Formats: sequence, structure tokens, C-alpha cells
Amino acid sequence: MAELTSQSVEGGESPRRRRHWPAELNALIGLVGIALFIEILGWIFVGQSFLLNLARLRIMILQVVVIGIIAVGVTQVIITGGIDLSSGSVVGATAMIAMSFAQAGEIYGEPNTRAVFWELGWVDLPVIVPLAVGLGVGLLAGFINGALIAYTKIPPFIATLGMMVTARGVAKWWTRGEPVSFPTDQFAAIGQGMTPVLIFVAVAALFYLILKFTVYGTHTYAIGSNQDAARMSGINVERHLVLVYSIAGLLSGLAGMVVAARGLTAQAGMGIMYELDAIAMAVIGGVSLAGGRGSIMGATIGMLIFGVIISGFTFLSLDAYYQEMIKGAIIVAAVVLDVWRQKRRAMEG
Amino acid sequence: MSDVILKTEDLTKHYGGVQALEGADFELRDGEHVAIVGDNGAGKSTFVRQITGVEQRTRGRIWFDGEQVEFDGPLDAREAGIETVFQNLALADELDVPSNLFLGREKVKFRLGPFSILDRRAMRQDTEEGLRRTGVKIPKLDNAIRHMSGGQRQCVAIARSASFASRLIIMDEPTAALGVQETAQVEGIIRNLKERRVPLILVSHNLRQVFDLVDRIIVFRRGLLVADLNAAEVDGNEVVKHITGVANQDATATFA
Repeated sequence: MAELTSQSVEGGESPRRRRHWPAELNALIGLVGIALFIEILGWIFVGQSFLLNLARLRIMILQVVVIGIIAVGVTQVIITGGIDLSSGSVVGATAMIAMSFAQAGEIYGEPNTRAVFWELGWVDLPVIVPLAVGLGVGLLAGFINGALIAYTKIPPFIATLGMMVTARGVAKWWTRGEPVSFPTDQFAAIGQGMTPVLIFVAVAALFYLILKFTVYGTHTYAIGSNQDAARMSGINVERHLVLVYSIAGLLSGLAGMVVAARGLTAQAGMGIMYELDAIAMAVIGGVSLAGGRGSIMGATIGMLIFGVIISGFTFLSLDAYYQEMIKGAIIVAAVVLDVWRQKRRAMEG
Repeated sequence: MSDVILKTEDLTKHYGGVQALEGADFELRDGEHVAIVGDNGAGKSTFVRQITGVEQRTRGRIWFDGEQVEFDGPLDAREAGIETVFQNLALADELDVPSNLFLGREKVKFRLGPFSILDRRAMRQDTEEGLRRTGVKIPKLDNAIRHMSGGQRQCVAIARSASFASRLIIMDEPTAALGVQETAQVEGIIRNLKERRVPLILVSHNLRQVFDLVDRIIVFRRGLLVADLNAAEVDGNEVVKHITGVANQDATATFA
């Protein structure tokens, strides 16, 4: 009988007024703070400016945009409440496979007889071929990830861990571990100069707009914030997850080609740990591992924080080992901040 | 009989050996508001889950809007015009109010498969219109739902059901988690639906609320539909007697 009376004893509740401080803003403040800190240290210990140096800024940005391209895809995966651990291996596999379709027929006037497809005569192919193959490989890897996660209900962590190992295996098997070198000029151009930066900007802008203005964006956030509600609302959650993971795979494939083109060679070990750096960029930029929250803008800021830290350490002539330690600490700090926010939110709700 | 909007015959659901619902015959007429009451585990929610296609019944037949229906899932039921406000609100916390209202049926400017361009302005206008019609007041539509109070969220969930010109609304404990003022607001919305003659099935534990709001009270006990009472003709004691199954017990009005 108690339950019949319980309704009347609850007190009234006034609507909460709380400022909504976007996570991206925190990240931006962090970025500016770290940059200024290194700037000041620079004046004190090195005697020159850290930021007012165009060459340094160029190198800084080039160091991070490849992983930034991956982070654009990983951000979307994380927004759905998932994770993608396979990005780095997919980079390796795509680099190897795409590069073998992009080899030049002649090196310094000599026939390139060591080209992977020399016997088939597949050298000096138009750049569209390796591009299509590379994007196709990335897309396939992402599609398999998505299909496994959506239809067999394997946790994303496990499914993409499997792909991480498998894709690395593919990268090594492709040429039995041999590096693939000497791309055509056309293919090499993808990775030269500031082209990788342009590719990143184009990809980031495209997906920023897609997440903000299309049905795809709304459904991505909806699935991450309440998968049951999304399903009840008529969203085909499974199909959408396949699409999101496919896009992430596609972008890893793109990154793989940029890496290979930039280094003029592809090696089976390329892209190791890229997945973690990409996830870290997203999380530092305010993308919540719990799903539903975050943006490409945030991930981009996260990427810049990475860049500033890496080149800042080089600039201050600090040992590279410290870089990794600090990077690790920042990742943990970002996750702690995320968990702390969730807890506070749960207490509010 | 043509104004019967929902009818069930011999509606039965067994979970393994448990008879959660047994042979329920029920009718709801157009514009009518009916409450379903009963103790925990009496079969109220089971009954609702069979009608809305969340579960598949063991036996029995359902007619909706004059036709016999088979709902494979809640989406089928929704497409037929049955909107349900679930106990655990089916809202995406990180989205704003218009996005939630239109989730899964977004208005688009330009059709391009999954990448169709959203018509945010139109959705916003329709949201304002829909909220006004249902009498819901939400100060800031552009905020994510998670920044809102439980009552405001419940109002959004109800407005969402009411906005889509549905033929029947089902609410499962809509005020169970709400405070006094918020409960009053939700009840205001329900009265508004009554005026607009939108039929409603209200599952509630709150007898005070039930008497205030509905025309008819259906009582479930141990999986059986044991009573079909006219709300104007009975008092709380009688309903409680049916709920507990104890005749002649002095069930004083402990409900507020």
C-alpha cells in the first residue's frame, strides 16, 4: 500500500541553472596555455620564440595531420560509444597494398624490376588506381569491423583488436615483409609539401559539416547517447554503425597512403600506435569515451595539443623519452577529466 | 462500435511457466482516457508490451482502428499510430529538443541517403508549435536534453508522442520519477490531450491521479483483468479492493 502514497511525498524541484561549458573550450584553453608555457620557457632557456617561427609550425603541423585524419574517423566511432583499435594496422596494410599499385616502372633510367607487380606489368599506373585500391582496403577493413560489431554484438574493443592483429598480418604477408618503394611522382605528390595538411583540412571540414548538418550526424550522436532510444525511434542502428566504422576505416586507408607517399616507401610496420594517438587526440579534445559527446573541432584541437607538445619538447631539447611519458600522462588526465564530468552529470541527473 | 479504437481478445502472455497475462479482453473507444492499475507484477506492463509490439504475445488477437493487427516491433505499432511514452524515457540526452522530437523521422531539405541535409528551421518551428499545442513549456529548445530536469524531459517525451498526430497514446508511469510541480505539469498535458480527444492508456500507481484524469479504470491482478470500472461511479476503496483482491477489507483511503 506504501506505493500508493509514495507519489505525494516527493518535493518540488526548481529547474537547474547551470552554465554549459563545452569540453572543446577546455581543450582550447589547454592548447593556448601549453603553447604559451613553452613560449615562455623558450625565451628563458633557449632565447628565442617558439610560436613565431613558420618553419617550426609547418613541421609541427605535418607531424600530426596524418594521425589527425585518422582521428576524424575515430572521433565519430567514439561518439557512437565505440572504439577503433585497428586504425594503425589498417594504415600499415593500406600503405603496403596501395604502394604496390603505385610503383614507377623506371628508377634513375633503370627498369624497376623489384616492383611488386613487375611481372604483371602493373607499373606506372594512373594515380587513381592506387588511390581506389587504398581507399577500398580501408573501407573493407572498416566494413568488417562495423559488421562484426553491429550484427554479432561483439564489443567494439574486441572486434577492432582482432582487425588490429589481422590487418598487421596482411601488411606483413603482402610482400613477405619486404618494404615497397619508388612510387610514381603522381602518387608521391599526395604526401609532399603541405598536401597532407590540405587533405586533413578537407576531411575535417567535410565531416564537421556532415556531423552538424545531416541526418547521419544526428543519428551518430543519438546512438552514442542512448542506443535503445535510437532504436525505438526507428533508426537502423546496425546499418548506421557499419557506416560509421566503414568511414573510420576509409580515413585510416587515406592516412596510410599519405604516410607511404610522404616517406616514398611503405613498410609493414607503419602506423604502429597510431590508433592510440588518434583516440588520445579525440579524448583530449573533449570527445567522451562514454559516447554521445564530442566534435571534430575538439579532436582537431586535441591534435594541435599533441603537435605543440611534441615540437615543444624538441624545441626545448628535452629528451624524447619524456615526450612519451608526458603524452601518456596527458591521455590519462583527459580520461580522468571525462570520467569526472560523467560522474558529476550523473549526480545532477 | 465503430468508434472502438483498440480491442483485445483473449490477450495472453506466458514467460516460460509464468502466466504474466491471461485472457485479457479490453476495449478502448475514441477520445477515451483509460487507466490501468494494479500491484507490481499484476500484468499492467505486460499488457502494454503486447499492444505496442515490444513483446510477442502467446495467444490472443488485437484490433486497432478497425483492423486486426500484428506488430512485429514497437516501430510497427508506431507506424500504425500508437505512440508510447516509456518508463525509461526513450530520449537521446545529448541532443536538443527538436532533434529528439524528430529523431528517426527528421525533416530534410535535401535528400541524400544517410547524408540528407537536415531542415533545422522547420523542425524547430514544428517543435515550438507542437509544444504549444500540448501545453509544454521548455525555456531553451537548443539545449541538450541532459541539461533539463526530469519533468522537462518527461514533457519532451510526451510532446513527442502527442506531436505526431497519433491515434493512441500509451503512457507507462509518466510521473513515477517526478516531483509535485512536474507531476502537475504532466497532468496538465494529459488533460489537454483529453480536450483534443486523443485516446490514452495510462499505466499508473497513483490513484489520486487516476481519478483526476481518466474515464475508466481497468484493474489487473495476478495476470487477470479483474475489473473494468467507471471512474465517476467508484471510489478509491473499491479500486483498492480489486487491486488487492480482498473483498470487504477496510481499505482506508491511504492514497492522497
